[in-house]
Formats: sequence, C-alpha cells, structure tokens
Amino acid sequence: MLILTCPNCGVTAEETEFHAGGEAHLKRFGPGATDAEFESYLFMRENPKGVHFERWRHVYGCGKWFHAARDTVTLEVFGTYTAQTSTIPQDILDKVRDRRPNWQGQGAPR
Amino acid sequence: MKKYSAFAVAREAIRHHTGWQRAWRDAQPKKRYDVIIIGAGGHGLATAYYLGKNFGITNVAILEKGWLGGGNTGRNTTIIRSNYLQDPSAAIYEKARSLYETMSQDLNYNVMFSPRGVIMLAQTHHEVRGYQRTAHANALQGVQTEFIGPEKVKQLVPIINIDGPRYPVLGGLWQQRGGTARHDAVAWGYARACSDMGMDVIQKCEVTGIRQDNGKVTGVTTNRGDIDCDKLGIVVAGHSGHLADMAGFRLPIESVALQALVSEPIKPCMDVVVMANTVHGYMSQSDKGEMVIGGGTDGYNNYTQRGAFHHIEETVRALVETFPMVSRLKMLRQWGGIVDVTGDRSPILSKTPVDGVFVNCGWGTGGFKAIPGSGWAMAELIAKGRSPLTDAFGLNRFQEGRFIDESVAAGVAH
Repeated sequence: MLILTCPNCGVTAEETEFHAGGEAHLKRFGPGATDAEFESYLFMRENPKGVHFERWRHVYGCGKWFHAARDTVTLEVFGTYTAQTSTIPQDILDKVRDRRPNWQGQGAPR
Repeated sequence: MKKYSAFAVAREAIRHHTGWQRAWRDAQPKKRYDVIIIGAGGHGLATAYYLGKNFGITNVAILEKGWLGGGNTGRNTTIIRSNYLQDPSAAIYEKARSLYETMSQDLNYNVMFSPRGVIMLAQTHHEVRGYQRTAHANALQGVQTEFIGPEKVKQLVPIINIDGPRYPVLGGLWQQRGGTARHDAVAWGYARACSDMGMDVIQKCEVTGIRQDNGKVTGVTTNRGDIDCDKLGIVVAGHSGHLADMAGFRLPIESVALQALVSEPIKPCMDVVVMANTVHGYMSQSDKGEMVIGGGTDGYNNYTQRGAFHHIEETVRALVETFPMVSRLKMLRQWGGIVDVTGDRSPILSKTPVDGVFVNCGWGTGGFKAIPGSGWAMAELIAKGRSPLTDAFGLNRFQEGRFIDESVAAGVAH
C-alpha cells in the first residue's frame, strides 16, 4: 500500500484515496506536429524499471492533481510535488539521487 | 527423446522409473545462433517451436533470466477463449484456441487442455448489448459463441447468484470450446519439443545489452557472455519496455502488476469458467479442486510481482456477491505477475526500428490463451518478414491510428 502526501492540501493518505494518472511531464503536441511527435505524446511511455515520475489525483480528497517520484520496483515514494511545473524540481531530484546514487536519469522525461 | 506413452509408463513402472530422461537439456550458450529468442515463457518457447516445426530453423537459443515458465506463464489463471470483437484479434486468438485442442498430441506432452466452456456474464444492459454484438461478430468470424439467457447461466453454474443485490445476471456470452489448460505443462511441453529439435533453452541467462551495427542487430550481451545472432525476438511481457530501452527504442506499453489467488481445494462445484467483468472478478475450479480467482491490475506502473492488497478485497467482494458460497472459503495463495498493457489493449507483434529485432509483447492481462497462435504468427514474422496474422498488430498502428480496440470488449478480465 503506497502512502502519498498531497502537496495541494497537505494530507498524507493511503493509495486508495488517490488515483494514478500515468507518466508525468509529457510534452504535448497538437496541430502542426509530425506523426511521430503526436504518436510519442499519445502512446509512447518511459515505463522504467526504477525511478518513475508520474501524475496522481487526490480524488477522494481535495480533487487536485499533483506529481510524484516513485520507484516502480521497490514502490518507495521519493517525494510529491506540484503539478504546476513542466520540469522536475531540484529538491525532488536531490531526494532521488540521495536514495539512488547510481541513477543516471533513466525514466526522466526526455 | 523417448516418447511418452502408456507403454512407457508401464515399462518404467517395471524397471523402477530408472529410464526417464531429462525433459530438456541444460544447454550452455554457443557463440552464435541464427535466431535468439529472449524469454522462455509460453510465447517465447512457442515462437521457437514453430520456427523449427514450420520453417526448419533450429539453430535457435531461448534465453531466460530466471527459470523456464516462471513469469506470467506460471502466474495466470489459465483461461482459454477467443470471443473477441475485432477481426484481427479473433483470428489470432481462434488460431491459438484451435492449436490448444491438439497441443497434447503435437507435443507428446499432456497439457490437460479442458474445453469446459467459458461464460462472460452480462450484468448491465450495456453489457447485454455489447455481448450480443460480440456474438454476432464471432458468427461472422467463424468463432463459435452464443448469447445465453440467465436461466441457461444458472443451469450451467448452479452455484451462481442470479439475482445479485447490485448487478443481477442478465445473460452471458458462452463459448463452449473455451476452457483451461495446465499452464506449466504448456511451457514444459514446448521446451521439451524445442530441446528435441536441437535448440538451446538457456536458463539463468539474463540479457544486459543488445549489440547492433549500423542499425542492424548483431547479438546480445548476457551475464554468461556475448552471443551473436542474425535475428532477435524479444518476448518478455512485462519487461518489454526494459529490453526496448536496451535496443534504443520506446514502446507504447506500461507495465503493471496483475493479481490472482486460489482457495483451499474443495469438491467439484463448478465445471465451467465464469468471468464477471462488471463486478470485476473471474473464477474457475482447477483439477485439484482449488477455486482459481483472477483479480484486477494496479493502477500505477510497477514491477513488483505482488500487487496492492485492496485489489484482492475488491475481487473477493465481487465474487462473494456473485457466488455466495465463496464467503466460506479460505484462500491459500496469492501472487502477482507483471503485465504489459498497450493503449488499445491489443498485442504488438512487429518489426522494430532496429533491423533484425522483432517484438512480441503487449498481451497485457490475457496472454496465456494466445500462446500457440502467438508463437505460430511470430515464427512466421521472424522467418519470412511478415505474417497475415500479425499484419494488423504492427507498431506502426499507433502512428497511423489503426487501433484494434479491445479495451471495451475485453475489459480487465482479458
């Protein structure tokens, strides 16, 4: 059972209170994009075995979206952060590197 | 290889079972193979088997990082059916189902295929219409299915609660030639047949890199040394994304844990497979008497092979509602497997951006039923460069928008 802290309302709760929303920081493409770019935005996913950056929604709480950094093998949650950003905040990267010194950025948005 | 037969059992009984051979050789990797298949699960072994049987390609190695059939092949709920909505799905799943019928004879290995029938319950009016549509589509595809009413469901499954509190049973999609098979035996039977053809099934051999030269594959790096090959098949289910990353391309796949559990063994009480997609649970009874129960997937990417506890709660709640007697059962074991889910819930059997590398993945929550058909089609794809069964399942369908949308038809109980 994951335990996540919603950065919007500050509540710490079990995963049943949240809903996972897939990979975070997807680069959006629309009209004028190439087929490959649009395919990449819609379907291609990092799916790393290790550190993963993802979107969550606090459905049975404040209802707002946020981001989380989590390990897909150990299920360790490195931290949660605001959804109002297109890059990973430095303090989250530091927390990941602190726990995974050999991490080379696999799974981070390209 | 000595043939298994009633005579062999009698002969070995007389000589105290001293004459049985190993089912497959414990092979050491050679320097080079024509084809390397990564992943000795059902799909990988079936691919190798049909490469040899249908195309005479026997200089083949099947590499497995763990033990043979220890991934999803040994972790599923063994259901076999082919009642899919879309034509390309029906074609490959029906090919698989029909191959299961004669698999024990073909492999000379008893896979205990039991065509006991599969019912998918319709518990909302939307589902009734959906399954009637599927039944009509199946009639056109040559897949034998039938939409049956609640009385027939009750007659086939006496332990079912037709008048459920939330979702009464309104009917069901009935495939009489669907059923179950012994999942381990499928992997073992293929491995024995492959080994007999001279192929090397190499366990505890983990691929750590994929070597290429000018965009063409030249071999793999493993924990047991480098091995060269002309063609490479990646058939690793949940770890497909991980292997694709080594080869330098991405796949439209996310990996999640899917759970199953079995109860204590009880006397025979249900001789068909029942799937209840609305309340989210499916169940069959194994030959040992255990009730084999399939549950839901986790909502987030993971590689844990166990799954979140609250999904068991949801599954068991659904089953208690559908089969009240389940409330008296103790559960014996629970486990999880990593399934590779695509956007349209259909598999990928395709060439890749790397010349000579082929992928067979994306079977998601329903790969076991497809093993022989998948292997048959994948072997043709690797040997000849294309197969009529795989044409629709290429990676390019995501760019071209030609989805094979089974997410509605299959739901989670896939």
